[in-house]
Amino acid sequence: MLTQNPPMASGRPQPTVFERDLAVRANQPVNGEYMRLVVEAPPEMLARCRAGQFFHLLCPSAGTDQPYLRRPMSIYGFYPQEGTLHFLYKVAGAGTRALFHLAPGDRLNVLGPLGRGFHIAEDWQRLVLLARGVGLATLAPLALEAHRLGRHLTAICSARRPDLLMSVDYFRHLGADVITVTDAEGTSDVAHLESLLEGLIAGAGVDAFYTCGSNRLLALLQRMGKRHGIPGQIALEQQMACGLGMCHCCVRPFRKDGATVQLRVCREGPVFDMQEAMPW
Amino acid sequence: MVDLSVDIAGLTLKNPVMPASGTFSEELAEVFDIECLGAHVTKTITRGFRDGNPTPRVCEVGGSMLNSIGIPSKGVAAFLEKVVPFYRDYETPLVVSISGNTADEFAALCAEVSVEGVAAIEVNISCPNIEEDGKAFAIRPSSTYEVMRKLRRATRLPLWAKLTPNTGETPEVARAAEEGGADALVVANTLLAMAIDIRTRRPKLGNLMGGLSGPSLKPIALRMAYQCAKATGIPVIGCGGIATAEDVVEFLIAGATAVQVGTATFINPTAMLTIIADLERYLEREGIASVRDLIGTVIDGEQKAGVVFMEAAP
Repeated sequence: MLTQNPPMASGRPQPTVFERDLAVRANQPVNGEYMRLVVEAPPEMLARCRAGQFFHLLCPSAGTDQPYLRRPMSIYGFYPQEGTLHFLYKVAGAGTRALFHLAPGDRLNVLGPLGRGFHIAEDWQRLVLLARGVGLATLAPLALEAHRLGRHLTAICSARRPDLLMSVDYFRHLGADVITVTDAEGTSDVAHLESLLEGLIAGAGVDAFYTCGSNRLLALLQRMGKRHGIPGQIALEQQMACGLGMCHCCVRPFRKDGATVQLRVCREGPVFDMQEAMPW
Repeated sequence: MVDLSVDIAGLTLKNPVMPASGTFSEELAEVFDIECLGAHVTKTITRGFRDGNPTPRVCEVGGSMLNSIGIPSKGVAAFLEKVVPFYRDYETPLVVSISGNTADEFAALCAEVSVEGVAAIEVNISCPNIEEDGKAFAIRPSSTYEVMRKLRRATRLPLWAKLTPNTGETPEVARAAEEGGADALVVANTLLAMAIDIRTRRPKLGNLMGGLSGPSLKPIALRMAYQCAKATGIPVIGCGGIATAEDVVEFLIAGATAVQVGTATFINPTAMLTIIADLERYLEREGIASVRDLIGTVIDGEQKAGVVFMEAAP
């Protein structure tokens, strides 16, 4: 297996996507359900990373788990100065069980960065992100980008229980206003979220919504976006094979100009216009 | 310095390694310089627009994969306008893969893609033929011959016929393709297969069934490549589960002149680069001057033709 992309012939563009064997620096739980995996990544790879993009991970075999296809995973964090790339995952199947067994010093083959990330338009000053569970991992680098661009961010973090809330300290550290809602406290229902959002819109205002992963939250934000003329973006998932756009396995339907079109999550996404996304 | 070049019906390839249709596109050029490949083979297109199959379109099964993509296509006009020009920047021969629902539609498309910059046409006769109850052209020798005759009349470019493993008549279909005018055979497409989630009791693919590819298909494709090489006088391009230089050598020994790498690229996008480099090292190490010296060198003794052409287990 090659660990370096070979150089391009003269006159051709240099690689923009990298297949590399990277060393694991850490692989530890962040709470009762989620693990954070930190790998050491080269500067040319980190320089191309954008919030909302993903990597395609070649999960190693572990015991009876022998994952075959790569597993797409959104970037949780990328830190060019430290030379690290972070992923957040919940052990769910053969691929993530295999990731769980990685120890510092082990190698992990990654492909990326891939896909189109979040867009923050010039005039979007007040951003609101609303996500739940591992969706908060996908939105974490958006908070970093908003902070870098000096935009105001309100992060509404949802979870089943308060101890499962994720990225709250991270969002606060980046200067975001954080609102937590949970099923246990009875604050995560759509009606309550809707009144929360109406309050934000009526207050200082909202220029854009960002979300990920939940049909219920998508429907709510589409409705509120239409009501108030607020644009938004959503990061979506789909089973993938190549991750590059070659195989057309990972399509999802979108509404575009009155028609339904199939777009590749790996290529045209994983971040899409919120109003074009369709419930699943 | 070893010689990796091969000849496919008058077309010289700098090495025998090329992508399998459907597992390659312009996007791979973002990972490495695709000029190093023996040929560029595009994803199958149809004349008109096709949406493709419902999702999920892919699942994995014990070290291999199933897919049912359904040949989504933007149509021939978009292909000629956007895809063909991209490859004109490369010297590597461009092989265009096409498909049609009927023999006439197939032949019309064959003529339409016979343009400057296209070196050969791979005709995906493994796709369903609506005039034959949805059975692929290449399941029967008669429908193979008929469609190849029409395709042959539609173009002067070399025609590579892509066969299907979903037939019980591999040597007969191979001969029918040759007689119908094929210049080479691509052996083979995916094998019809199925997987069910026992928890939900739903098929794992949106289209219920799909094609098996990856390492578990390799022995089947190798057997077919061997049979086709024995049965015909035209070059065979092996395809099915090839992931290493050793796999390539095995197909060449079986009688293939070149190979296509498909699913392995999904696992390691740089797989073809590694294979080409390893193949060169293998020849050097073994003291073999040309990769062509390997073709058809299988030592199969005095086996009867009846064994070679057998379709069922002995």
